[in-house]
Amino acid sequence: MNARAHPASLTPRRRATVRDEHVTLAHGGGGKAMRNLIEDVFVGAFDNPLLGPLEDQAVLPLAALAALGDRLAFTTDSYVVSPLFFNGGDIGTLAVAGTVNDLAVSGARPLFLSCAVVIEEGFPVEALRRVVASMKSVAAEARVQIVTGDTKVVERGAADKLFINTAGIGVVPTGVSISAANARPGDVVIVNGTLGDHGTAILIARGQLALESDIASDCRPLADLVAAMLATCPAIHCLRDATRGGVATVLNEFAASSQVAIRIDETAVPLREDVKGACEILGLDPLYLANEGKLVAIVPPTPRRASSPRCAPTRPVATPPSSVPSPRRRTVPSSCAPGSAASASSTCWSASSCRASAERATPCTSSASPATSSRSAASTPTARRCAG
Amino acid sequence: MKYVDEFRDPAKAQALAREIRDLLATIPRARERPLQIMEVCGGHTHSIFRYGIQQLLPDSVEFVHGPGCPVCVLPMGRVDDCIALAERPEVIFTTFGDAMRVPGSKKSLLQAKAAGADVRMVYSPLDALKLARENPRREVVFFGLGFETTMPSTAMTVLQADADGVANFSLFCNHITIIPTIKAILDSPDLQLDGFLGPGHVGMVIGTRPFDFIAGHYGKPITIAGFEPLDVLQSMWMVLKQIAEGRAEVENQYTRIVPEDGNAAALDAIGEVFELREFFEWRGLGSIDHSGVRVRDRYARFDAERRFGVPNLNIADPKSCQCGEVLKGVIKPHQCKVFGSACTPETPLGSLMVSSEGACAAYHQYGRIDTSALRKRAVAA
Repeated sequence: MNARAHPASLTPRRRATVRDEHVTLAHGGGGKAMRNLIEDVFVGAFDNPLLGPLEDQAVLPLAALAALGDRLAFTTDSYVVSPLFFNGGDIGTLAVAGTVNDLAVSGARPLFLSCAVVIEEGFPVEALRRVVASMKSVAAEARVQIVTGDTKVVERGAADKLFINTAGIGVVPTGVSISAANARPGDVVIVNGTLGDHGTAILIARGQLALESDIASDCRPLADLVAAMLATCPAIHCLRDATRGGVATVLNEFAASSQVAIRIDETAVPLREDVKGACEILGLDPLYLANEGKLVAIVPPTPRRASSPRCAPTRPVATPPSSVPSPRRRTVPSSCAPGSAASASSTCWSASSCRASAERATPCTSSASPATSSRSAASTPTARRCAG
Repeated sequence: MKYVDEFRDPAKAQALAREIRDLLATIPRARERPLQIMEVCGGHTHSIFRYGIQQLLPDSVEFVHGPGCPVCVLPMGRVDDCIALAERPEVIFTTFGDAMRVPGSKKSLLQAKAAGADVRMVYSPLDALKLARENPRREVVFFGLGFETTMPSTAMTVLQADADGVANFSLFCNHITIIPTIKAILDSPDLQLDGFLGPGHVGMVIGTRPFDFIAGHYGKPITIAGFEPLDVLQSMWMVLKQIAEGRAEVENQYTRIVPEDGNAAALDAIGEVFELREFFEWRGLGSIDHSGVRVRDRYARFDAERRFGVPNLNIADPKSCQCGEVLKGVIKPHQCKVFGSACTPETPLGSLMVSSEGACAAYHQYGRIDTSALRKRAVAA
């Protein structure tokens, strides 16, 4: 967004407006039309002091970052989804929540995002505003700032309506060490709610299946949930958001990186009835369907009774929770899946119904063989909602 | 899920498995060598692996995976024909998703699509007809594939196109029929099958009578089977019961779906639009007489083969590929030289690795853990 420099005001002196109904090539041309689009649609919505100056880059103060931890987490993701709007969200919701979640599952506190959009000529400005409003609202929910960006408009046919790339920076608290290679035999696998909702919502939104359902995408930021989980159990071994490829893909990666086999109790996999039904009809495996607000955690089994009913490790393997700066640590945000997310974060690892366990990998053992109740090694785990 | 969970009850499955074990103990033949029961349909193959049904059963009975997976028996030459059609500039080539990755001699439809061919996945032949209406200046070709299960919907679509006068819709017909192929398998000298699980969804269309020859002429017991784990187990029990009592009959386990006489409306539509070909080439099994259907002359204008002409070349399978032996049940998927190495679901050499109903794909996805035990058994034997 390289328009003229500005004093650090939140809005330009005279509010630029876009009157066109559709984005034209002029909006990517570098002139007044482009400045109007950027200031009106993007800057007006994202509105923060780091973006306000509209320099070619956002300049981030290091001291504030260093106070939160000792490592930066940095990620990028491009979002292309068809249709752009679906039940439970849109490409804007995805673009912010997805990148926030990629940061969060390292244990990082997500802080700053970039936003680069590629717009196909003719895209309705109103639709762009809706997408940006979604980005704004998810960014506010995740308490991240969108501090730099870029806008390109390409000729009709050169892109499909709207592509968004977001990159993100977060700070990993000192002592937090989460890695796909950390799973150990005896560990427990948990998820924070029903699986496959997003993948099914998208399939249905495409309208080719002649299926009707009110399944909504689970798209939401998970940073606060992760912060609450780390506060409760700093010794989380592995953590990943189960997006494309689903929970099964994540567990396969964990199993390969950690050299363990993972046994899944099929009856403990939380699934909505209508997602189950759609999967039956379409021959899909819900464990491989995409999620946008679900994470998979591998955590040590319940420690011997500690003073708190929550996971309070008797021998913390990481820095004690008190030194982990995690805003709003004690409350799980209401936006996290009703009931399931909150309960998973706070109590799941002490619940007896969380039976999925990691075993040491001994290739070709029959114990991990597929049977009626357990799928093959490294295909899938989870715990049902562990309320209370 | 109602009407699904009931057929997946683990306790009942265990009970059925025990019954089967007890029953097998009363069959002297099962002590000499494992009884071989062929599940004809790929849908059963998928269920057997997905639910670990073979592992529930004793070693004295084993499933032989039959040829009932339309994608798996599609010869390479036909895939090449599809690609030749798809690469014509005026053509929108429509297909079910599972045919996209089947390798042709040079490429798959997916690769042809990437190279610029207009290939689109549809969920129903009616979607293809809709595309034809929406694109009057293009030629929409539907890739008709499958047994009697999918034939009626293709036939009804052709009838619909005819009634509505949709001139730019045509069908590349690769529909095949299972009965002649079961006959060919029964005539094959290297098989020692003891019984069959019959294809439930084909039965839904054609009824149970067309299977009479299996019991009557060849003296083999057959049970038309459903696809949930309890269906498969109960059907297995029914076949073994016949063996134990020295009977050979056509029994119907899937009575909630399969009527004795089939579905009259579906059969009428098939009969109206299609006629038997003299022969059809099956991958791995070779040419089988009267095993495929083509569009009748009356509907020739909807026949893509006649409308565009296709190369129709006979392409030999790659040398390393042992799909044919697996299809005939001569070897198990994991005994193939390229299983899991050169041939995987990501980069399939053979079509058995492509479809979820293919025996190799099922072994690869659900059965790898157990292949060591099977290998050991194979080596010992």
